[in-house]
Amino acid sequence: MIGSLFRGMTRRDLLLFAFVAVLYIGTAYVQSWNTVLGMVNLALISAIMALGVNMQWGYAGLLNVGVMGFVALGGLAAVLVSVPPTDEAVSAGGLQIVIALLLGAATVAAAVVAWGKMPPSRARGFAVAGILLVGFFIFRAVFDPAVARVEAVNPASTGYLGGLHLPVVLSWPVGGLFAAGAAWIIGKSALRLRSDYLAIATLGISEIIIAILKNEDWLSRGVKNATGVPSPMPAAIDLQTDPSFVERVTSWGFDPVTASTIAVKLGYMALFLAVLVALIWLTQMALNSPWGRMMRAIRDNEVAASAMGKDVTKRHLQIFILGSAVCGMAGAMLVTLDGQLTPGTYQPLRFTFLIWVMVIVGGSGNNWGSVLGGFLIYWLYIQVEPIGIWTMEMITSGMADGSWLKAHLLESAAHMRLLTMGIILLVVLRFSPRGLIPER
Amino acid sequence: MVDALNGLIVLANFVLIPATAYGAQLALGALGVTLIYGILRFSNFAHGDTMAFGTAITVLVTWAFQSLGISFGPLPTALLALPIGIAATSLLVVGTDRAVYRFYRKQRAAPVIYLIASLGVMFVLNGLVRFIIGTDDQRFTDGERFLISVRDFKAMTGLAEGLAIRTTQAITVVVAILVVAALFWFLNRTRTGKSMRAYSDNEDLALLSGINPERVVLYTWLIVAALATTAGVLYGLDKSFKPFVYFQLLLPIFAAAIVGGLGNPLGAIAGGFVIAYSEVLITYPMKRVLGYWMPESLEPDGLVQLLSTDYKFAVSFSILLIVLLFRPTGLFKGKSL
Repeated sequence: MIGSLFRGMTRRDLLLFAFVAVLYIGTAYVQSWNTVLGMVNLALISAIMALGVNMQWGYAGLLNVGVMGFVALGGLAAVLVSVPPTDEAVSAGGLQIVIALLLGAATVAAAVVAWGKMPPSRARGFAVAGILLVGFFIFRAVFDPAVARVEAVNPASTGYLGGLHLPVVLSWPVGGLFAAGAAWIIGKSALRLRSDYLAIATLGISEIIIAILKNEDWLSRGVKNATGVPSPMPAAIDLQTDPSFVERVTSWGFDPVTASTIAVKLGYMALFLAVLVALIWLTQMALNSPWGRMMRAIRDNEVAASAMGKDVTKRHLQIFILGSAVCGMAGAMLVTLDGQLTPGTYQPLRFTFLIWVMVIVGGSGNNWGSVLGGFLIYWLYIQVEPIGIWTMEMITSGMADGSWLKAHLLESAAHMRLLTMGIILLVVLRFSPRGLIPER
Repeated sequence: MVDALNGLIVLANFVLIPATAYGAQLALGALGVTLIYGILRFSNFAHGDTMAFGTAITVLVTWAFQSLGISFGPLPTALLALPIGIAATSLLVVGTDRAVYRFYRKQRAAPVIYLIASLGVMFVLNGLVRFIIGTDDQRFTDGERFLISVRDFKAMTGLAEGLAIRTTQAITVVVAILVVAALFWFLNRTRTGKSMRAYSDNEDLALLSGINPERVVLYTWLIVAALATTAGVLYGLDKSFKPFVYFQLLLPIFAAAIVGGLGNPLGAIAGGFVIAYSEVLITYPMKRVLGYWMPESLEPDGLVQLLSTDYKFAVSFSILLIVLLFRPTGLFKGKSL
């Protein structure tokens, strides 16, 4: 059992992991343990996202450029599961919104059925378009007034339906389910076509998901941010007022305030680490099973695999949904860690393309590679900025104070991140396309 | 009768004219994407940021011209700066081809690898553009603001509703027509253009008949640089220049290219207008138009806005999905699938 977890690891891989560990420990001595633990938690979540992308790209060669959308959907799940419901808003329009959404779904279903049942003709086109149009207006007629009533309920602090007030950890699998649902829709329509189309379709769906989160205030409070996602950990402030905790850490020689924040971060770390280890174990088992070999066979030669009787499109859909679900789960974990859903912070460069850099640099097709890439690239992503500012200060130290160029250069140091990540991706792709820990 | 006319004017003022300008900008962008797809055979994700780079350079040169007191009369100074922007972008894209893509061409790598490489280029350009000009909104329009202003139009026709044509909208359409005409003349009439089409149709046959692939690729990048910079500058003149917005333009541009049929220049133009008209029409509240067109008893209460403008991406995306589901090669036969 443990053997399958580490199958194919070499001494070189362990040295690489040791190197990354040294990077983090070194940062802890230069900055502080508190900062580094925060970084480790985010790196763990990034590594889980990288595992999901690696399943799609590394096992099956599918190009998902919409990771951000699946991550954000997972985040929405965290809010919908854990936040207490806004009773007043629910009674004002909750039921009507649900009915409206069901009507919308029924419209789409009716259109699909009509398309399937009617013989191909011009009448079919008009019938389907008519169903969709009429359904859309009915949907809006039921939906809009309910939304207006819900959003009018105390808009400064709530103005949304809230959630189910269940334990937040439950939202992690639910986030996976949400993402899986979106992946099913995209996969059904784009997977049978060439790979570029899947890339463009996923890019589109992720932008739309973010637009929905930003604008549907009744659902996610939009750009007002859904705060108050309950933490699975005791709050740091509670620990500080807990006499037994304070007594214990002071007897160990720590400052209670620092110790309490570190304790909370360690708690999160344990949870995330448990998820990561479970996922690696599952993915390693899957990769080395007949199913994993079939996936790689399909990736390397689709024609040969389908000649052997493998249903390529179906397998692709399966792995696409699984990988997206992992990303969604990571998204729910991220919102749990932050304690709030902030739709404005979802940037494609951070949540889609950075994950891609992690997978490519770590080694596509290798689960441990994704984890390594996740930790290494996240460290770089965070540290490039101070390094860039430091470099710019060195370069501009000879310049006269208040010169236009000096100010501009210092200000631009913040953009070094994107530049560096792009160059890393290009260099690795060219000179070491198999990544740091190649597929075995 | 007058009511019907007034309704039409409102529709033209708020939907048809802006959508035509936007469509021309999308068409120019989609032409660049489709040419790269036809010749180099990959979807270039760095295209939006190439547009941003060209525009950023043009904006800087425009400012330099303005401070030197050079102007273009009633037309925006940016048009004078455009050739310099195109030259800089040409250097950039040919440089990235030499540094990045040529290696994969030699390897005969899969299209997906090019695509990922273009993601890397996108990152670098993203950083570069922000490095050059920052992340803020930049306005660089000058010259005459209106070709026809609302007040002039009302005085001219005596109608209740006014129609305005901004100079930038007129310039967009005129420039786009000139650029497209030049492009089609080049592709259909010149030797290099013909060899590009031959290379796109059948690479092996083209190589057999002695066409130099590196030359074809070089010309493609030069044309793409010109198209991308022009599209970017026209969009920036019409609205404003903001690097992140140009990244987001990637989606409607790809949708336009695919709807028209990837690899088909004519399709890219048609696709650009299809996307632009649907986007503007669906997100525009039709209340005022219908108020004129419908009898008073049927006048709508609501805004009759099908989708809020925040969902304009959803429109291009839905059209894209419909085309992918029912006609994956696009309206005009592209070379996809």
